[in-house]
Amino acid sequence: MDLAVLWAFLIAFAVVAYVILDGFDLGTGILFPFLGRDESRDTAMNSVAPIWDGNETWLILGGGGLFAVFPLAYAIIMPALYAPIIAMLLALIFRGVAFEYRFKTVRGRWMWDVSFFVGSLTAAFCQGIALGALVQGIEVEGRAYAGGWFDWLTPFSLATGVAVVVGYALLGATWLVMKTEGDVHDIARRYAFALAVGTLGAIGGVSLWMPFLQPEFYSRWFASVPQFMTVAWVPVLLVVVAISLFQSLATGKHHRPFLSALALFVLCFVGLGINFYPNIIPPDVTIWQAAAPESSLIFLLVGASVLIPVILIYTGFAYWIFRGKVREGEGYH
Amino acid sequence: MFEGFDPVNLARFQFAFTVSFHIIFPAFTIGLASYLAVLEGLWLATGKPVYMDTFKYWVKIFAVSFGMGVVSGIVMSYQFGTNWSVFSDKTGPILGPLMGYEVLSAFFLEAGFLGIMLFGQKKVGNKLHFFATVVVAVGTLFSAFWILSVNSWMQTPQGYGINADGQFVPEDWWAIVFNPSFPYRLVHMVLAAYLTTAFVVGGVGAFHLLRNRYNASARTMFSMALWMAVIVAPLQIVAGDFHGVNTLEHQPAKIAAMEGHFETNTDHPMPLTLFGIPNMETGRTDYALDVPYLGSLILTHSLDGVVRGLNEFPRDEWPNSTVVFWTFRVMVAIGFAMLGIGLWSLWKRFRGTLYESSWLQRAMILMSPMGFVAVLCGWVTTEMGRQPFTVYGLLRTAESHSPISAPAVGASLVAFIVVYFLLFGAGTFYILRLMGKAPSPYEEDTPHQPTRTAGITPAPSLEGHRIPDPAE
Repeated sequence: MDLAVLWAFLIAFAVVAYVILDGFDLGTGILFPFLGRDESRDTAMNSVAPIWDGNETWLILGGGGLFAVFPLAYAIIMPALYAPIIAMLLALIFRGVAFEYRFKTVRGRWMWDVSFFVGSLTAAFCQGIALGALVQGIEVEGRAYAGGWFDWLTPFSLATGVAVVVGYALLGATWLVMKTEGDVHDIARRYAFALAVGTLGAIGGVSLWMPFLQPEFYSRWFASVPQFMTVAWVPVLLVVVAISLFQSLATGKHHRPFLSALALFVLCFVGLGINFYPNIIPPDVTIWQAAAPESSLIFLLVGASVLIPVILIYTGFAYWIFRGKVREGEGYH
Repeated sequence: MFEGFDPVNLARFQFAFTVSFHIIFPAFTIGLASYLAVLEGLWLATGKPVYMDTFKYWVKIFAVSFGMGVVSGIVMSYQFGTNWSVFSDKTGPILGPLMGYEVLSAFFLEAGFLGIMLFGQKKVGNKLHFFATVVVAVGTLFSAFWILSVNSWMQTPQGYGINADGQFVPEDWWAIVFNPSFPYRLVHMVLAAYLTTAFVVGGVGAFHLLRNRYNASARTMFSMALWMAVIVAPLQIVAGDFHGVNTLEHQPAKIAAMEGHFETNTDHPMPLTLFGIPNMETGRTDYALDVPYLGSLILTHSLDGVVRGLNEFPRDEWPNSTVVFWTFRVMVAIGFAMLGIGLWSLWKRFRGTLYESSWLQRAMILMSPMGFVAVLCGWVTTEMGRQPFTVYGLLRTAESHSPISAPAVGASLVAFIVVYFLLFGAGTFYILRLMGKAPSPYEEDTPHQPTRTAGITPAPSLEGHRIPDPAE
């Protein structure tokens, strides 16, 4: 495997890690106003407070990594998705500061509740729009974005925006099922059912829409029967995971709904990857065209191959320290 | 809206605005993280509760400022692409991997251990908690290392080639990372962060000493901060001098602009212009108040050294002398004021009246935000001083920006301004409120104070922390 492809996998890994990790804490924010009592909101927020910062670091790795190893893709995608990206960054500020501010005031607490909810919702929606806008293709001329400034805004990108909001909310709900007990747990379990139905509907809708957006996408899946057989395991696994999700929600399991929801997201990304490869920006820019020179790829790879495993170990350790249920009123005291 | 504006200037202003807001938080948290590690280490070594009380006081403030640093920092990692895509495409192969190392070696480290540092003392025990605090502090320093390497390469690029697509491509990574201005800039910035934090900590200590001169934590803060001022302020002045000499070698136009020095002093020693108004139109400094010989002495370390004036450089390569002349002077003045405070405190300490000297305490309160002013002025000096280039001498700012029109850049600029003032204003308010509370032996356990239900007992490690207050 050549270096550019290896790096494409690593960047994809960072993006998936970001989406599933920040997905559940953004999802917790999306569900925030619907959790009933103020104490429930405290519990929900405390369940993600020690880890959200690490989760968002994957977003910096996604952006920074793209800048490092696929600078051309970074230079084209950012101007093309200008408005949704700026909106997402601002939304992440609104929700990020709420973690601390909320506990610094009594009178103003409602403001930071709103800030946390609206920020989480907007960030999720913008990420979905950005995803949709990338999937539907970006107009490139030479080494620069050549489209207009609202090219990202289409029915498809709005649909993927909604899909990501619903999917993150599912991640958040199953996270709360796993990490809380009592009222919050029961409410989250009820929401998780509805959100699971919504997420699967969204996955189905987007999956059926995509092949008709670009002929390449269609041929990746339906070019021939043997072609289809090589990729058919993705939808098959998706069905298995969906069954596991519903079954574990119905039978009162605590961990499996969350793990199933994570698996659902990973499979969606595998599906997206099958559509994209070997392009990094559909329909024209390939991984190899966008890649930085070999010496850049090697220089960062040396560090990444040591540091990423170490990061996974201590991130896992941090999650392990804060394992178990968060009890109401307890926080991390 | 914004149709008549130049998108490059709007993008420059946007970057200046977001990065200026951002640098305030790292400048504070780099220093504070190290201070917290020292406090916790002293507590473990001596068992004196005052260190843990002071730790708990500052860790709450650290949590708020670190949060603001993270979210304003995420913006920075995307600003390159949104507004400066041509720059990103051209420099990505060199600067990207350096920033990649910053994310991998610093950001993850800080984020991974911050949760344990803020919330985990009872879960992991004292030793491991101390380890987490040290790791967070080390992470902030790693971060400074890489991002200053990035900035320094843009100022003094080396170790690169240029490929067919016009991209800068790496040829010698060692030369890239350790480019000529990097060691000076790194030392100067880390010392600046330490000084800034010391004056904030000392100012808060002074504020509470004025109300109750027996407050043990306030005494600790005040005394430790002033030791830092005594030791670090002179070091910083020396480091600044070395940095200046290095800049003269690699970016002479920047030095000329900083000094309002238009005509090369071929046949006489260069004076130091204390005050004046550099006039970019006429190419001379109006109302100049000169001190003979001092310019040559400072910049060349000899009495008659020659320093090239701005008039030797093409006009379209002039940095804005009017601005950087003054920002540089404000920074230097603050540095010497900090040194003065340090010397004053030494004298008071020698007299044994450090905690009784209310004028020193008032001066310390006045000086407490000045580190931030100095940091911002320093950055304005070095960043405006390298204009009109993004990569010094090689890539012009005007050729670096994205194909984004003025209304888009302007609209996002307005959004950033509104959101930053609202949210970071609120954060500053909360931090000031935390600082307004007197440190006490009953210092709350964690930065979070959610509603507590009955039955929560203090941890054993907290017992015995209360020390008798002499004022009682």
